[in-house]
Amino acid sequence: MKKLYTNREALLCALIIIMALSVGAFADDFLSVGNLLSVYNDTSMLIILALGQMLVIITRCIDLSVAANLALTGMVIAMLNSSYPDFPVPLLVLLGAGLGLCMGMINGLLVWKLSIPAIVVTLGTMSIYRGVIFLLSDGAWVNAHEMSATFMQIPRATFIGIALLSWASLITIAVFYYFTRYARTGREIYAAGNSPTAAFYTGIDVGRSQFIAFSLSGLLAGLCGYLWVSRYAVAYVDVASGFELQVISACVIGGISIMGGVGTVTGCVLGAIFIGVINNALPVIGVSPFWQMAISGAVIVLAVIASSRAEQKSGRIILKQTMLATSK
Amino acid sequence: MSDTPFYSLRGISKAFPGVKALDQVQLDLYSGEVMALIGENGAGKSTLVKTMTGIYQPDAGELRLAGECISLTTPDAARNLGITAIHQETVLFDELSVTENIFTGHLLTRGPLNMLDWSEMRRQCIKILADIEAQIDPDILLKHLSIGQRHMVAIARALSFNAKVVILDEPTAALSIHETQELYKIVDKLKAAGCAIMFISHKFDEVFAIADRYTVFRDGCFVDQGKIDNVTQAQLVTMMVGRTVDQIYPERAQALGDIVLKVENFSHPTEFHDLSFELRSGEILGFYGLVGAGRTELMQAIYGVSNNITGSLEIAGQVVKIRSPADAIKAGIVYVPEERQSQGVVLDLPIDQNITLPQLNHINKNGLLNPASEYTLADEYASRLQVKAPNWHELVGNLSGGNQQKVVIAKWLATQPKVIIMDEPTKGIDISSKAAVHSFMSELVKQGLAVIMVSSELPEVMGMSDRIIVMSEGLQVSELQRADFNPEKIVSAASGGLNEKTIH
Repeated sequence: MKKLYTNREALLCALIIIMALSVGAFADDFLSVGNLLSVYNDTSMLIILALGQMLVIITRCIDLSVAANLALTGMVIAMLNSSYPDFPVPLLVLLGAGLGLCMGMINGLLVWKLSIPAIVVTLGTMSIYRGVIFLLSDGAWVNAHEMSATFMQIPRATFIGIALLSWASLITIAVFYYFTRYARTGREIYAAGNSPTAAFYTGIDVGRSQFIAFSLSGLLAGLCGYLWVSRYAVAYVDVASGFELQVISACVIGGISIMGGVGTVTGCVLGAIFIGVINNALPVIGVSPFWQMAISGAVIVLAVIASSRAEQKSGRIILKQTMLATSK
Repeated sequence: MSDTPFYSLRGISKAFPGVKALDQVQLDLYSGEVMALIGENGAGKSTLVKTMTGIYQPDAGELRLAGECISLTTPDAARNLGITAIHQETVLFDELSVTENIFTGHLLTRGPLNMLDWSEMRRQCIKILADIEAQIDPDILLKHLSIGQRHMVAIARALSFNAKVVILDEPTAALSIHETQELYKIVDKLKAAGCAIMFISHKFDEVFAIADRYTVFRDGCFVDQGKIDNVTQAQLVTMMVGRTVDQIYPERAQALGDIVLKVENFSHPTEFHDLSFELRSGEILGFYGLVGAGRTELMQAIYGVSNNITGSLEIAGQVVKIRSPADAIKAGIVYVPEERQSQGVVLDLPIDQNITLPQLNHINKNGLLNPASEYTLADEYASRLQVKAPNWHELVGNLSGGNQQKVVIAKWLATQPKVIIMDEPTKGIDISSKAAVHSFMSELVKQGLAVIMVSSELPEVMGMSDRIIVMSEGLQVSELQRADFNPEKIVSAASGGLNEKTIH
């Protein structure tokens, strides 16, 4: 059981493969390279957002505002693009990321400086960010014909046969892998989430770690704002509505402990891919979208049960010795 | 008053792995009398209370209630027999009303549907509160009450079980003088109602004020019992501490260096007042006092944990402002906290990462980590402290308490501090780790470090320190050089019996 827990990522990996193979048995096309790449491409934004969310959850917080942040930056960028089609798109992307970062920083500052619980802060900012979209757009949509060709083309362009959207997630994965393992701030985020008091006594500013996690989550949400709007070629008030819950689900399935301090990039990415595969596979075998929600929900509950049971089994050394002694 | 004890214990023993907490002890409680149980920390008082209330099962011995042999398998069984304990930190529910708090666990019901009978509970609650003359609104939420009032509620709760034996475990530790007086009145009422009362306290004035009899424990053994009128405070102190020092402490004789830490007029609005002391390199300064004397709060103030402190602090002659633990670490002061698991280590990080945590920015200037050099640093200090683990990648949560403590000390030594504050450094760790920590402390001071040790264990504080400062109720009441160490003096100073300041 302990082995199974430590190999949670292997288990998740195996589940994903089994799922993909069994769907492949129904529909041959599903396992083609082209389709697998497109499934990954579909999951890219979920992966990017889940990584940001992972940091926030590790610091014992939660960011409910990611989808609203994404929608707001998406709208701002889409409106700018439709009003000034000649404004260079890369700058727009940077602008989007910067705007997302600012919104993340607002969350982080409220949590850090005013010590408001993260769920309350982001529940509030979630509504505020959505509300601002409405104020900016008057509820109107920005449609494909109002966007410039480059604006919509960039995520679709390919490099070595892989779409830039997929590249964006691959690069984010690499950066986060490095950040969590080899960056001082990354280590401090884990320590602060794992044991805030011990971290504080060790000279780590726990609030600052939370602020950094929120900022990064916001930055990625801003980046996804551009990716989402250009990919689906539309911006409106309810873009990505409810997507934050899928993002959090991906983290939970991937083994990011909601109690903070525990979780890996690999697990998080696998959790996102797991959801991505379910979302893409079920329509192929003709399962209604309502079942999709129920199935991902059931998987989350099972994942949580599995990990809580595994944690119970892993006793401290002292306990093991006494247990050994009595069993002899 | 009667001559036969109502609740009596004979030959009670209780052992835990590695420790014999109670060894053949006896105790007698008489109806309508207050018996004061006296003993140092670690004398076995808490274990005894837990044995008497069914939380622990004794390994040997018998409990007799009103002459009959009883066996208490659960706390419920004890409660049903009318035996109840009120603990130092009362276990009550903040968000429930006073009535709900009193009846939780034995709610009254009525009718065929077993509906909760709130009006009856409220009526009984008012009656009990009136009996103990506590002016508390039965409908108010517990969180709005003062600590003293919460004690009243806890006592009312005990009475609602028709308690015949009431155990008060250091009930006055957190109370104001006025609240303590109120408590005395309640104790008198309980006596008048024929309850047998056991009163645990470290304060001799209290013991002499309300107790009829006394029992003294030392190191898990019964020492003496009798009527309070036939004993003096000095005799009690001698019985408490008159021990054979069977533990060997490292030799402590060396020249002291320069003053490294100077604390002047440190005051906190509620916890301590006007503390000043100096600390030299190569010195171990012990802080002794009862629980709640303000020692930990003082150390945390020095370490930058608490705010709103007045006073000044100098390190090696320079005034330093410390507003956070990060500032303290920078200034060369580190703190080994009392709550090891929650404050000392990050349980889910491996040993090496715990050790390097405070100085990630020193080992890794550009913000990027180098696991190899981290491991090397961790290896150096973990080996020096003889942490027992397969390798330094082991999670700290998998280590025993003693080894976790070694990791905390290794972590701080790696930062090369000037002053190391150890708060109850050997609390809850096994004998061999204890000895390792002690010998390591003496090695550290030989190398010129200055150590402040807060300890509630008299042999430890006397065995290790060059100098002892005794605190009582937030004040510095005594300061003793090693040559003048005397257990009676230290204990009575800590208990508030000796108020003149003796400085040599």
